[in-house]
Amino acid sequence: MSNTISPNVITRSNDSLRVITSLQVPTVEKDKLSYKRSQRHIRTERMFRNTLVIMGILMVLLVLAILVTLCVQSVPSIKSLGLSYLWGRTWDPVQDIYGAYPFLIGTLITSFLALIISIPFSFAVAIFLGEYYPKGWFANFIKNTVELIAAVPSVIYGFWGLAVMVPAVREIEMQLGYQPLGVGIFSASLILSIMIIPYAASLGRSMVQMVPSNLKEGAYSLGATKWEVIRSVIFPYTKSGLFAGILLSLGRALGETMAVTMVIGNTSLLPKNIFAPGNTMASVIANEFTEADKPVYLSALIELGLVLFLVTVVINVVGKKVISRFTK
Amino acid sequence: MKSIKIFATLAIAATMSLGMYSCNNSATGDKKTTDSTTSDDNTLLGAGATFPYPLYSKMFSEINKINGLKVNYQSIGSGGGILQLTNKTVDFGASDAPMNAKQDSGLSAPVVHVPITAGAVVISYNLPDLKDTLKLTPAIISDIFMGKIKKWNDAKIVAANKGVKLPATEIVVAHRSDGSGTTNIFTTYLSKVSAEWEKEVGKGSSVNWKAGLGSKGNEGVSGLIKQTPGAIGYIELAYAIQNNMSYAKVQNKAGNFITPSIASVTAAANIAIPADTKVSLTNTEAADGYPISGLTWILVYKEQKYNNRSADRATKLLKMIMWMTHEGQQYCSGLNYAPLPAAAVTAGDANLKSVTYDGKPILQ
Repeated sequence: MSNTISPNVITRSNDSLRVITSLQVPTVEKDKLSYKRSQRHIRTERMFRNTLVIMGILMVLLVLAILVTLCVQSVPSIKSLGLSYLWGRTWDPVQDIYGAYPFLIGTLITSFLALIISIPFSFAVAIFLGEYYPKGWFANFIKNTVELIAAVPSVIYGFWGLAVMVPAVREIEMQLGYQPLGVGIFSASLILSIMIIPYAASLGRSMVQMVPSNLKEGAYSLGATKWEVIRSVIFPYTKSGLFAGILLSLGRALGETMAVTMVIGNTSLLPKNIFAPGNTMASVIANEFTEADKPVYLSALIELGLVLFLVTVVINVVGKKVISRFTK
Repeated sequence: MKSIKIFATLAIAATMSLGMYSCNNSATGDKKTTDSTTSDDNTLLGAGATFPYPLYSKMFSEINKINGLKVNYQSIGSGGGILQLTNKTVDFGASDAPMNAKQDSGLSAPVVHVPITAGAVVISYNLPDLKDTLKLTPAIISDIFMGKIKKWNDAKIVAANKGVKLPATEIVVAHRSDGSGTTNIFTTYLSKVSAEWEKEVGKGSSVNWKAGLGSKGNEGVSGLIKQTPGAIGYIELAYAIQNNMSYAKVQNKAGNFITPSIASVTAAANIAIPADTKVSLTNTEAADGYPISGLTWILVYKEQKYNNRSADRATKLLKMIMWMTHEGQQYCSGLNYAPLPAAAVTAGDANLKSVTYDGKPILQ
């Protein structure tokens, strides 16, 4: 390639370093046009980079600003309740006693239960679309349908859950001998599990598709069956990706509000079993924020947001640690 | 490039002509043409209770037909309405509960309460096999919502409903999960009739429920009731009537079992109203009054000259409220709200007349 270009024109083979670093002194002889061109390129390049940096910094600032706001607004509640806020089991707006423990438990149980229910489905979709049917109209159809799950507004899941799923759960509860309420932790987890499937499935699918074909072909040529290839080649190769997908799903489940609040039963009592009603932090905030007419009450709700924020951060950090250990 | 410019010019021209058209239209449409300086004063801002919202929007649209006054009312909840009034971002606040001492202390100037309408909270239930209307005494209601009475065929309920066959199903209590004036009226009632309730739970727009399921809004609670066999919950009268829910007769202070209705709510409100109108209609002495009733108020500052408000704006505001408590009352029953009894209107009028602008009374 470089043979065809005149030696005066700066190319990669000529002197790449000088193009990038020498900003003012083009001592080397070049024809005018290409000099101008490269100057313009440098400027665009720098502008683009600056834009990226500014955007990145803005995002970080935004998250920090949210954290600071939450902290500042929680001060009245922290002052009056202290650490008992986290372990207190009573949420009594009348007497200004606030304990977030039932909601913390509710959030964690619903999210993790939803995750456990959703994992088989999302992994199945990921492997099916990634390995068995990566192309064709049928694969596209399934892929789009699964992605559509993520696009449906959560309030619609709530309605569907209330109208269709809750009566079904009530039947199950009757069979099992629990109080047939229908709404409760289990219903909330079910609806959440459906909502979070696409996150793990989409990421998993692209990971499975990225497994180098020579690895798979090698395994096949040694006589491995499809299941063996999936188990010993694809799974080890995609572990970190699949886990990252799970983490993404979990993040979604922790913060989901509308659908959960419609089917969880909204009680501040500690749930006794998974069919009992409960509440999550996000749902409490959404329910009570508008009528929180006392300063400490409002502040306690904001502190709930802070706790939710921190829980999400902790789970993400721990998750990242697990991923890096897993993949080593 | 050229085509984009042409398109932009066209778009601007189109918007401008549209704008001019709408200006012309509004100028001819309104009875009095207003210039830009007074047109702002023709839009009043209000915020507060969700409970009277259907009635208020009807009243405000009627007012708009009469004198072109626009009212922008946001039904963000009573607590929010009081907060906005305290911050002076609205002309009037609306609340289902009178302001308490704590809220009063946050105010920079005194506020007057004007009752607009009365509503009731009914106790709705889901017992499909029950033919008669359920009768409930205050003690039963309190015990059910405390989670003490667990079955429908409990001896106490049977004693109050002689000759009625009650099923052995479990009671599922449904309550509001969001803060609400409805909850406030209901818990105020329970705190009055049960010392235990007052001690253990208390009253407020959200409380620490000892039993049951929560759901958002009247629609959420009635959804739970309709769906769950054996459920019981409290909802607004207007909502229950519109949705054909079955609701119980409740024993009042005089010992009569009263069916909630517009008439029995107005009857409950027919008591001596104090000068500041801050009165709870729960468990009143009225012999044929429904005991779980409550007034809903509009709140305005007693001195209307603040934040550079014009005298014109203050006058319009007061005239509007005056209209609501008089001519506006005709729209109450159609929307299942109880019209105010004469005593409440008189007390409200007195409060309105005490409102001043720069020290001078506005209404004569």
